Amino acid sequence: MKRKIIEFILVFFCFIFQCTFFKTISLGGIVPNLMIVLTAAFGFMKGSSEGMFVGVIAGLFTDILYGNGIIGLFTLVYSCIGYGNGLFHRMIYKEDVKFPLMLVALSDFFYCFTNYVLFFLLRAKLDLFYYFLHIILPEMVYTVFITILFYRLILRLETALESDEPA
Amino acid sequence: MARVKLKRKKIVIPSRYILLIIALLCVAMMLLTFFTDAVSAPLSGIASITVLPFERGFDRLGERFSERMEELQKVRSLLSENEALKERVDELTRQNSALTRDRYELSELREFYGLSEQLENYDTVGARVIGKDPGNWFNVFLIDKGADDGLARDMNVITGSGLVGLVTEVGANWASVRSIIDDSSNVSAMVLSTSDTLIVSGDLKKMASNEITFEHLLDEEDAVAVGDQIVTSMISDKYLPGINIGFINSVDMDPNNLTKSGTLTPSVDFKHINVVLVIRELKAGKAREITAGESSENNRRGENRN
Repeated sequence: MKRKIIEFILVFFCFIFQCTFFKTISLGGIVPNLMIVLTAAFGFMKGSSEGMFVGVIAGLFTDILYGNGIIGLFTLVYSCIGYGNGLFHRMIYKEDVKFPLMLVALSDFFYCFTNYVLFFLLRAKLDLFYYFLHIILPEMVYTVFITILFYRLILRLETALESDEPA
Repeated sequence: MARVKLKRKKIVIPSRYILLIIALLCVAMMLLTFFTDAVSAPLSGIASITVLPFERGFDRLGERFSERMEELQKVRSLLSENEALKERVDELTRQNSALTRDRYELSELREFYGLSEQLENYDTVGARVIGKDPGNWFNVFLIDKGADDGLARDMNVITGSGLVGLVTEVGANWASVRSIIDDSSNVSAMVLSTSDTLIVSGDLKKMASNEITFEHLLDEEDAVAVGDQIVTSMISDKYLPGINIGFINSVDMDPNNLTKSGTLTPSVDFKHINVVLVIRELKAGKAREITAGESSENNRRGENRN
């Protein structure tokens, strides 16, 4: 329970950070996606259920405030990302930063690509290469960069939470 | 001890089933929110008491942070901006006098045509921008006024210089606004000088160069030129008529040789919007006031893009 509350608070503040503060650090109009970092990180650190939990919170916030009246779409995308990362839970060493970075990059790509398909491709905006080069790739790079900065923090939090729990 | 362990094992549901449940719930929610407003009202209520206060605070914090970082630079830019603004004031004063003249003429012509007054002073309310959507795909932002201040969905959002967007979602003390440069935004507009209608649609590709695309401009006389002003049209469903959008940057004939398309530069600086005005009037409410003959004309034109 304590873990869930802490995760909720973490996602909550990261979401607010993302929506307010991040526009001041945007590079060329591109902001990194902190929600993806959190969802993926908790997914592969703790397992699918935890990833999904974080994903659902992140998705719900996005849906309610920016979902254009449709609630559930981003929740679904984020929880899929959480679940997908959870599948690698048993395969990775959390302390080694390379594999997590790859997973975050892949998750961000998945998120962007779903966004592209749902909101652009379906409206006959077919120029995938352009969007890949100008939106998806910069966002991936920036998000990975942010992950490098934040990964140690999240890892420390996760270890603290884990040591707190009964085995 | 053993019993407790057993119990715990029983509760664990495989995560793929949880995902399935979440997926089903999400799909159900999507359908529900798409067709009704039953769920979104309480959820947005929750958002307005939880997320919003923080968002407001953090936004101020972020502003202060960036301000401090750019303080010196800002002073310098403010000085030059002040110069520019002074020039602008002169220009606008000149323009204003011209407009007053036009307005006089217009009201005379309106009387002549028997049209009711449409471009009156709208009832507006000022609002601060407190947040931007979290991704890079859209151009949606939050403002700190909501249903409590009389806002409703589909209200027009403007700044002093022109049209910003449309209110898409309303909570008690917040509202989300989709700006006209958003890729999914379509505005029915017209060229002010010739009254030719066109569709102004936002384009993510053009966002970096601060332009919006327009299309479906029917200009048989070849009268529309670069630099012409574009305003919202009379036949739009949601946008009130006569709001300034921007100026034409380029016009090209479409491959079909019938319509033209091109780009325009919006009057609003979308990168630096801090305060906006929301017009507390709906086009739908307006339409009822307009005489029956006109509204039937609206229907005939079949304007279903907003």
